Amino acid sequence: MSLIADVLGWLLLLGGSFFVVSGGIGLVRMPDFFTRMHPSGVIDTLGASLIVAGLIVQAGPGQVTIKLLLILAFLFFTSPTATHAVAHAALASGLVPWTRKKRKDGD
Amino acid sequence: MFAAAAAAIVVGMAFALARAILGPTIYDRILAINAHGTKTVLLIAVVGFLTGRPDFLDLALVYALINFIATIAALKFIKYGRLGDEA
Repeated sequence: MSLIADVLGWLLLLGGSFFVVSGGIGLVRMPDFFTRMHPSGVIDTLGASLIVAGLIVQAGPGQVTIKLLLILAFLFFTSPTATHAVAHAALASGLVPWTRKKRKDGD
Repeated sequence: MFAAAAAAIVVGMAFALARAILGPTIYDRILAINAHGTKTVLLIAVVGFLTGRPDFLDLALVYALINFIATIAALKFIKYGRLGDEA
């Protein structure tokens, strides 16, 4: 039983680390500001949730779990708000979304 | 294997810093620093588990609050040119 909880905790931690790294790669490679908000959102929601869930499973019941749940709840409420505020500010200041140029020949 | 998760989070922080340095507009930089702050919160929590000190979670909670306030304050300064009311 404890082995299953251990393995589940490690799997959640590794999944969360994968999403954090892939979100970081996306931040560097995406072509435009508005497209870069997606990797940032992936880090804030998927990466943070999986890593905190893995830590909760590793910690077991107790005060540590309550603090981790508080951190998760706060990240859940504030990261979408911050992302929306940045997007609204960028759009209000006149930033134009990037579009792919149409090809000249057919298609 | 907390060390592997911590190493992966540090790699992600390096990518976010690269975008903060490269980003052509200022909004890219604010977005990257917001992501960097979230990863800092996760790193503090994981390092707290790594060294066996559960008190680090208080630091992580405080830094999550500070990160959010910093993002909103930077955006407010860009929009209004100042923070708060000055007569």
